Amino acid sequence: MNYTKSDMMNLIVLLGIGFAVVPFVVQTDYWYSSILIPWLCLSLAAIGQQIVMGYAGQLALGAAGFMAAGAFALFNLELRLPFLGFPVNLMLSGLIAAAFGILFGLPSLRVRGIYLMVATLASQFFIIWMIDKFGWFKNYDTSGIITAQDIVIFGKPFTSPLEMYFVVLVVVVVMTCLAINMARGSTGRNWMAVRDLDVAAESMGISLLRTKLQAFAISAFFCGVAGALFAFTYLKSMEPVAFDIKLSFRILFMVILGGLGTINGAFIGAAFILLFPVVLNTLGNEFFHGMIDATIISSIELVVFGILIILFMIYEPLGMAKLWENLKLRFSSRKTTPAIKTSPETNVS
Amino acid sequence: MTEFLFFLEVVLAGLLAGTMYSLVALGFVLIYKASSTFNFAQGAMVFFAVLSFVGFMELGLPFTVAFIVTILLMVAVGYATQRLVIQPLMNESEDTVLMATIGLGFVLEGLAQAAWGVEVRRLDLGIGDFPIQWIVDNTGLFISALDLTAGLVAAFLIIGLALIFRYTKMGLGLRAVADDPGAASSIGIPLSSIMLMVWSAAGVVALVAGMMWGARAGVQFALVDLALKALPVLIIGGFSSIPGAIVGGLIIGATEKVLEVYIGPYFGGGIEGWAPFVLAIFFLLWRPEGLFGEKIIRRV
Repeated sequence: MNYTKSDMMNLIVLLGIGFAVVPFVVQTDYWYSSILIPWLCLSLAAIGQQIVMGYAGQLALGAAGFMAAGAFALFNLELRLPFLGFPVNLMLSGLIAAAFGILFGLPSLRVRGIYLMVATLASQFFIIWMIDKFGWFKNYDTSGIITAQDIVIFGKPFTSPLEMYFVVLVVVVVMTCLAINMARGSTGRNWMAVRDLDVAAESMGISLLRTKLQAFAISAFFCGVAGALFAFTYLKSMEPVAFDIKLSFRILFMVILGGLGTINGAFIGAAFILLFPVVLNTLGNEFFHGMIDATIISSIELVVFGILIILFMIYEPLGMAKLWENLKLRFSSRKTTPAIKTSPETNVS
Repeated sequence: MTEFLFFLEVVLAGLLAGTMYSLVALGFVLIYKASSTFNFAQGAMVFFAVLSFVGFMELGLPFTVAFIVTILLMVAVGYATQRLVIQPLMNESEDTVLMATIGLGFVLEGLAQAAWGVEVRRLDLGIGDFPIQWIVDNTGLFISALDLTAGLVAAFLIIGLALIFRYTKMGLGLRAVADDPGAASSIGIPLSSIMLMVWSAAGVVALVAGMMWGARAGVQFALVDLALKALPVLIIGGFSSIPGAIVGGLIIGATEKVLEVYIGPYFGGGIEGWAPFVLAIFFLLWRPEGLFGEKIIRRV
């Protein structure tokens, strides 16, 4: 295990907040169903994107496609093999998404950069098309509205926002710990070696095939589970359009703004991208009392997003996670910096 | 015989649709050729350009004046992009600049929306999307006049640009900058003027592309997603090749249409959504630099 004592402290504090404090303090359903649950689900997807892009350096743009794969896999598993139980089905749907990840990650063995991005776009469009056109995936539903099944674990249904929040929280906590463990271990170091200079990595004996495909597979696994949770706890209905290219872009931005190469970044970025439109909307209504119409607000949203991305690229390419680290350093009780400082590129908090 | 005629029609329609893609791809190529930067904002530039053009006309400006004003606007956009986005990121990695252009795309989309609103607009270029009677009478083929015009415009632009790059001093300067900005700068080639020219040219190409697409499908937000379609074109043609843009566009257009018409019905359609990308993947595995692109040599 690669955990230090402060990690354990952080974990206990976060778990405490998540499981004990939040349910006590947050009473309204709105907060759970519209903010906390999507934030957790999207953070998980962002971790997936972080793994393939931030750690392994592969420019991949198909996160929403894998989310859709996971979501519909879970739907079909719950429909056709309900006896396996929700937790098993959730993991299986992640594995199915991982299989897609390996398939569409194959081009990474030949190309990189923008070329790889184009190849991954194929996965995005193909998966959505496949789910749409082959009625089997949607159980030949003609109404067009397919509701996700209720979550039932060991006989206990989890249907209220608070209960679903707990389910999502548990899954996200477990998988985040897995991700941190991987990132700090040899797996993560292999990824980062491939990211930094794959020729050198290969000459050191790191198998590019294994490392790259592994990154794609694990990333797709995370996205698949995230998508399944997203559909079952937030959307509550299974529509392929909810997992379109726009969602892929949003997840990309979460990772970019949050900070490439950190797990923190996934959560911070997801929080920002999720909350920013809400904040903007509220501000618009508060200060201008509906005088500004919705299109102007969404335009401002776009412009501010774009400017933020540009500013971050120019001034802080390591994203908000780095800003957070800088802030913490400023207020930390340590007056002297430690002798050995981990460089930002290997920062895996 | 009618079977073959139909096939020919489909292929021709596909080829002409492909030239529309080429127009968009051309903007990408211009910028990539000069700076090895992939301008993700090109789609947004197409949208911004044509929307402004239509907006100016709505404000009362006649066609030609609106055209010139929009060109000036795109030059201004090019200048702003060069000073505020590209120059500060001069020494950063490719990926960083790519992200920045994504951000730029958002800014342009937002500004276009804020300035001109979100309604879909019609663009009337005086050329209808109808089959040309003369061709129908003589060959029995139904070819849209608009498609044909787009094809001719694309051909003109591409030939013109290719000639400029090959034979003018400016074109030579551009190629020098693309090869090695430091060396080019050290022999006196004005880097920022060249970059300004390139971005402005990309803006003008975006305007033309937008006008063609707008005439065919209406000026609407979906134009931005067009840029994504241009990516397979670039892969097949090569990111840095102007003739490659048209060849890639033709191939993608034709293949897409043929697949959609002949295989599509078995699956309920929608093949054109992903077929170009899968085609691009196969191309990547065979010839990553595209048909006309420069071979990518990585030195470590």
